Amino acid sequence: MSNHLPAGAGSGGGGGRAGDSGLRYPSNGKTIYHRPLNRTKTAELSKAAFAYLFAEMVSYAQRRVTGIQELEKRLNLQGHPIGLKLLDLLLFREPPRTQLRPLNIIALLHFIKINVWTHLFGRQADRLEKSSNPDTPDEFMIIDNEPLVNAYISVPKEMSQLNCAAFAAGIIEGVCDGAGFPARVTAHTVGDTGEGGEMWPGRTVFLVKFQPEVLEREALIGAKS
Amino acid sequence: MSFHFAHSSKPWPLPSRIPPRRQRHGNLLKKKGSLIASLTVFSLVIINKAGGLIYNRTFHEGGLNKISTNDYLVLAGTFHGVHAITARLNPVKSAPERPLSNSIPGVPGGILTRPEPPSGLEVLESENFRLQCFNTLTGVKFLLFTDTTQTNVDVIIRRIYDLYSDYVMKNPFYQLEMPIRCDMFDRKLLSYIREVNNR
Repeated sequence: MSNHLPAGAGSGGGGGRAGDSGLRYPSNGKTIYHRPLNRTKTAELSKAAFAYLFAEMVSYAQRRVTGIQELEKRLNLQGHPIGLKLLDLLLFREPPRTQLRPLNIIALLHFIKINVWTHLFGRQADRLEKSSNPDTPDEFMIIDNEPLVNAYISVPKEMSQLNCAAFAAGIIEGVCDGAGFPARVTAHTVGDTGEGGEMWPGRTVFLVKFQPEVLEREALIGAKS
Repeated sequence: MSFHFAHSSKPWPLPSRIPPRRQRHGNLLKKKGSLIASLTVFSLVIINKAGGLIYNRTFHEGGLNKISTNDYLVLAGTFHGVHAITARLNPVKSAPERPLSNSIPGVPGGILTRPEPPSGLEVLESENFRLQCFNTLTGVKFLLFTDTTQTNVDVIIRRIYDLYSDYVMKNPFYQLEMPIRCDMFDRKLLSYIREVNNR
């Protein structure tokens, strides 16, 4: 532990704390909490750094699981708190007049497709669809042709059920839960089948399945207005 | 240099007739001063730092005779050994230190004065093909078999290294030093080589 201490740790104001927690503080004392929350400038991050980090997250989640379902569940759980916080942050960054949380399903899904996606991945999601099956009116689909989280990942054949975008699904689930639309979100690879499968082998469908009470409320609001 | 013929047990007339024609074709075009040269990348072999074969793919059928996977394993191991020995054959004047000590960190003299590490065997050429080796800093070797007239092999091999570091090293399901089975790597590699071969 001692060799991780920065050389000038004793001189700075935060030096003592750095020793206690093992965390390092910038020499000017400004942490990320000192930065303004609503900078509008697009801050770019290294894709490679994210890819390595995400690869480690997948390996970590894989370490103590028995099945693919469980692995996806873990990735989902890793994303969930990000979605919860992201909803607040993105609404805070909206101009004050439009600082409203989405009040119906369509508005929420558009918010995810446009704002959340642009913030996370630098572009919008490719498509938004409602389930065509009349038995499942609670299912909606957000379609991404090339999920950024899967950019460098090839899933081995024996795990072909797995889609690591379960992490992004967790983020979506967090946003939905935070907005008061509890839902289950799962990620599915559909690259091999369907139109354009050749062109987009990694196409992923995020299946958003809202809880029954959400649709009940939606129907009530729809009837009133 | 004709080791690939030594491995083919049965006489197979077709491929032995094809390479000379290709060769003549290439030379003819070069003599004419045309910008089009016959450019072909035949196959790629990746060897891990222990000398094991971890990837082997043929891009152009009929360019080289087929040899069995076992022979490829032997080729990888042999090349690794030859490379290691040739890396020790450095001219004396350019190496003030013994070449072996180069790899040991903390040698007095510091990192600034350290000479380039000895590179070892880089190109191996026969009448019908050219073998270019690219040894990464971590000891992975990329062997690219190309036509003898292929240009810019350095660029191609560097791009393949890019693809390897993206689609193999960033894949959480790849285990280091193990054979490479990554769909995404295969796909990107094939489309890149197709582009090179059709240029």
